[in-house]
Amino acid sequence: MFELSPFYQELLTSLNRGLLMSIALIIPSAIGGVLIGIIAGSLRTFGDPVVKAIGDTYAAIFRGTPLVIQLFILYFGLPNIGIYLSPYVAAVVGFTLCSGAYQSEYVRGALLSIKSGQYLGAQALGFTTLQVIFWIIVPQAVRRAIHGCGNEIIYLIKYSSLAFIVTCVELTGEGKTIATEYFRFTEVFTILGLYYLGLVSLAMVILKKIEQRLYVPGFGHN
Amino acid sequence: MPHALSVVFDSLPYLLQGSFLTIGIVVAAMCLGLVLGICMAVGLVYGNRFVKYLLTAYVWIFRGVPVVVLLFLFYFGLFNFLDLQFSAFTAVTIVLGMTTGAYQANIFRGAILSLPKGQFNAAIGLGMSELQAIKNIVLPQILRMSIPAWSNEYSIILKDSALAFVIGAPEIMARTQFVASRTYQHLSLYITAGIIYFLLTWAGVIALRRLERHLRIPGYSHQGNQ
Amino acid sequence: MMTETDQILRVTDISKSFGGNTILNAVSVKLAKGEIKVLIGPSGGGKSTLLQCINCLVVPDAGAIELENETIDFRRKQDLYRLRQQVGMIFQDFNLFDHLTALDNITIALRRVKKMDKNQARQRARLELDQVGLGDKEALYPAQLSGGQKQRLAIARALAMDPKILLLDEPTSALDPTLIGEVIAVIKGLAVKGMTMIMATHQISLIYNLADEILFMENGRIVEQGPPAALLAAGNTSRSQGFCDRLNELAEVDG
Ligand SMILES: Nc1ncnc2c1ncn2[C@@H]1O[C@H](COP(=O)(O)OP(=O)(O)OP(=O)(O)O)[C@@H](O)[C@H]1O
Ligand SMILES: [Mg+2]
Repeated sequence: MFELSPFYQELLTSLNRGLLMSIALIIPSAIGGVLIGIIAGSLRTFGDPVVKAIGDTYAAIFRGTPLVIQLFILYFGLPNIGIYLSPYVAAVVGFTLCSGAYQSEYVRGALLSIKSGQYLGAQALGFTTLQVIFWIIVPQAVRRAIHGCGNEIIYLIKYSSLAFIVTCVELTGEGKTIATEYFRFTEVFTILGLYYLGLVSLAMVILKKIEQRLYVPGFGHN
Repeated sequence: MPHALSVVFDSLPYLLQGSFLTIGIVVAAMCLGLVLGICMAVGLVYGNRFVKYLLTAYVWIFRGVPVVVLLFLFYFGLFNFLDLQFSAFTAVTIVLGMTTGAYQANIFRGAILSLPKGQFNAAIGLGMSELQAIKNIVLPQILRMSIPAWSNEYSIILKDSALAFVIGAPEIMARTQFVASRTYQHLSLYITAGIIYFLLTWAGVIALRRLERHLRIPGYSHQGNQ
Repeated sequence: MMTETDQILRVTDISKSFGGNTILNAVSVKLAKGEIKVLIGPSGGGKSTLLQCINCLVVPDAGAIELENETIDFRRKQDLYRLRQQVGMIFQDFNLFDHLTALDNITIALRRVKKMDKNQARQRARLELDQVGLGDKEALYPAQLSGGQKQRLAIARALAMDPKILLLDEPTSALDPTLIGEVIAVIKGLAVKGMTMIMATHQISLIYNLADEILFMENGRIVEQGPPAALLAAGNTSRSQGFCDRLNELAEVDG
């Protein structure tokens, strides 16, 4: 039988543990990011000027500063004013807020791209406002936003690797620990890279499947 | 709080000095990415099957692996393994340049493909050599088309450059961390660093938007991002 | 002549302004069952605004709309929804639902607004598609249809709601000249079946052949109205006559 050396056994055990932690970071952040993106994107499109300005400012701040800085403020900065977040909570909050800002951009673009004729056409048939939103606006916006929002989730998967910097030990954190311990950087980080490639590729396949499922002529991206 | 402010005030020049290195990293990485991107795009469009496979794999790797992991891999791993004595600055520039190169390859590939075939043929028809046609007709058009996507890339690289501190390049983020760990004024210092990045990001994005408008040719439609 | 009870729609003195500009100025229209009125007039005269006011896509600032002797309360959403269900609208640029197939473009309102069940809605939709000659196109999306087919689908979608009145806003203006004929044929078919219609159009053949009455609109008012025979009689100096002469000249240049 083929047997792994103790080093590789330990490496894979650690990385698999880290993988679970990474997934535990990614899933709530992705869901939260999409939800915030939908809310902020809608408010930025349809809100009154004040609400719009607040939404735009939120998006500009989180899109204009590095995610590491946001994480540092949440984890190392907030204790200065008496707010203590656990590493996991700080990471998820940071990922969610940052991802939500980018998602809101795609949602806004999708909503803006729906022509006013679509509202008119539905209203002329006697649709109520809620029915227009539910049956016309949402299905069209989803198709227009799915490509961008899906790519944003793929970015999130990659940037979840920053959680270890605020001491939430996920894939990258586990890898770094082993690499430093055994002084075998090239092997560890190559294998670590493969883990991320696997995650990202899986997400890409799923995204493509969803896009194909939702495909309607005239709604392709690009 | 006054103490926090005075710490910020005292350390501001030191932090701002870091922005030279940050900008240096961004500019160098963008240039490297531009060259890599154009070459790879040409390979992706005109290359043979083997070249296409190879480049597709490159793009897949650099778009799928997080920047921190690439930094660790190259700085602590590969460069050591190959016995290359790169400074942290050089290492960051190479990694970010290779990453943005992967994205820019896709941008230019899209631009080349969207260019009507007639453009190239018309240039050949006027007696230009193939190289002249690419240099005088194809390149100016795809560069112009790619500016909106660039402003996207610029803002991504600028923010990614803040990760250089994990291998110790003394840019804005590393300097902020240095001061914060000594003064314990984390909140105000990181907010300050955030503001510096914020200004650099939007200043660059707005400048590129200006450039785009400046170079705009009537009736010439631009590609969206990516 | 026409008694009060023959009238299916009474629009009385409706006005509308946008940002201080009066776009409609106390316009009144009465429509009897089966009657066809054609709106003509210069661009910006208010034709589209009038049509959109009639089914309250644009809510009038003042005036009254009565449908079958029921006055619409503009402040009650339910009244507006009910009015729009009963008054069909055809737009210049179709406004089909881009994410739905031809069939579902028709069934969606039947199911969501009229609460029909799925099979009933489909049956009805297929019937309407056949009527406009799109029986074999039910699975296609708007992006896959020609302009003429899109407009015929829009007409089928409106007819499936069993409207009491059909409003048409320049139904052929966005079409290639070669595709106008098929849409005109469908509209003429509706007229033969006695559909009550108000139509803004610059299509000479529709004006001459279908109009019971021409309404000439300018600057938010109806400045001339009467049957085509009277308004367009040779040697008449009416505004409508001059306008149609010019349309005729254009048509000749085109065709
Ligand atoms: N929502 C609105 N806000 C402001 N002005 C409007 C609005 N809708 C219409 N108008 C103005 O009202 C005037 C009449 O427009 P309308 O579309 O009713 O004219 P029309 O007779 O249909 O012209 P056309 O033949 O060009 O379709 C125009 O000057 C237009 O600019
Ligand atoms: Mg009009």
